[in-house]
Amino acid sequence: MTDKSPPDPLDDLEARLRKAREGQRGWSGGPGSKYHRPPQGALGTAWRIGTELVAAMIVGVGGGLLLDRWLGTAPWGLIVMFFLGAAAGVLNVYRAVTGFGIAAGYRRPPGDDNERQDGDAH
Amino acid sequence: MDPLHQFQINPLFQIVLGGYDVSFTNSAFFMVVAVAAIYALLVMGVANKSMVPGRLQSLAEMFYEFVANLVRDNAGHDAKPYFPFVFSIFMFVLIGNMIGMIPYTFTFTSHIIVTFALAATVFVFVTILALLKHGLHFFSFFMPHGAPIALAPILIPIEVISYVMRPVSLSIRLFANMMAGHTMLKVFAGFTVMMISGLGALGFVTGLIPLAINVALTGFEFLVAFLQAYVFSILTCLYIRDALELH
Repeated sequence: MTDKSPPDPLDDLEARLRKAREGQRGWSGGPGSKYHRPPQGALGTAWRIGTELVAAMIVGVGGGLLLDRWLGTAPWGLIVMFFLGAAAGVLNVYRAVTGFGIAAGYRRPPGDDNERQDGDAH
Repeated sequence: MDPLHQFQINPLFQIVLGGYDVSFTNSAFFMVVAVAAIYALLVMGVANKSMVPGRLQSLAEMFYEFVANLVRDNAGHDAKPYFPFVFSIFMFVLIGNMIGMIPYTFTFTSHIIVTFALAATVFVFVTILALLKHGLHFFSFFMPHGAPIALAPILIPIEVISYVMRPVSLSIRLFANMMAGHTMLKVFAGFTVMMISGLGALGFVTGLIPLAINVALTGFEFLVAFLQAYVFSILTCLYIRDALELH
C-alpha cells in the first residue's frame, strides 16, 4: 500500500540541468584546467617527432635557399639556416617530449607548478 | 596497379583564367561534396528541432558539443568567438577524410597543397589575431624569457623558425598520414591481385592474408581519419590560445 511512485523524471532533469550549467561556466574557468592532449601511443609520438624534424629541415633549408637567392649570399644562407633549422627541430622535439605541450609554446603551459614565478605578466 | 594512381588530379571541366589553369578537378569536386554534406547534415539536423533529438539532430549536436568542448578545454577562456573557425576546419577535414574512405572517391586531404592551404589559413589567422591583441608586444614571443641578451642572435632565429614551422608540420602531419594510409591500402590490395594472377588457384588461398590485413587497415584508417581531424583542430585551438595569452 505504500505509494512508492517511480522517481519523478523531472527531479532528475533539474539536477542534470544544474550540472550542465556549471559545466558551461567552464568557459571562464582556469585555462588548461582540463588540458587535453590527443591520445598518443608510441606511433603517435613517432609521427609527431618525425614530422617536427622534417618540417624544421624544410623551413630551414627552404628559407636558406630563398635567402641566398634574394641576397646572393650563396652558400652561406643555406649553411647557417640549415643549422638553425636543425636546432629549431630538436628544440621542438625536446618541447614535445618534456611536456611543454603539443603546441610550440615558449613558456611552460598553464597548470604547471613552475609557471609565472618570474612575475611574467600576460 | 600503381598504388599512387589514386592521388592523380583529373580536371573535370577545363577552365583557364588569365593564363592560369583553374580547372574544376576531382579534388575540387570532392571538396564541394564535403561542404555540401556538412551543410546538409547541419541544416537537416536542426530543421525540426525536438526535445528528444532524432538521428541527424543528435549527430549535429554531437559534433557541435565535441568541438565546443575542444575549444573550451584547449583554447582557454577568451576563445569562444573563435569557435566557428575551429568548427569549420574540423568538419572540413573530418568529412574530407571520411569521404576518402568510400571506394572510388578522392581524398583531397592527401594532397599537401590542400592541407598546407588549411594550415596557412590557421597560421595567418593566428598571427593576425596575436598582432591585434598584443600589438608589437607579440614579438617578445621570439625571445625566451630570462635568456641572456648575448644569445639573442642565435635564439631569435631559432624561435622564428620554430614559429614559421607550425603550418609546415601541421600540414605535413595530416597529408602524410592520409597519403601513407591510402597507399598502404592499395599496396596490400595489390598483393592479393598479384598472388591470384601469379599463383593461380593457390593464389586464392594465400591472397586471403593481405586481404585480411586490409580489413584491419581499413578500420585503422577510419581511426586515423578521425584522429587527424582531431589533432588538426586541437593544434588550431592551442595556437589560438598562444595568440590570446602569449604565454
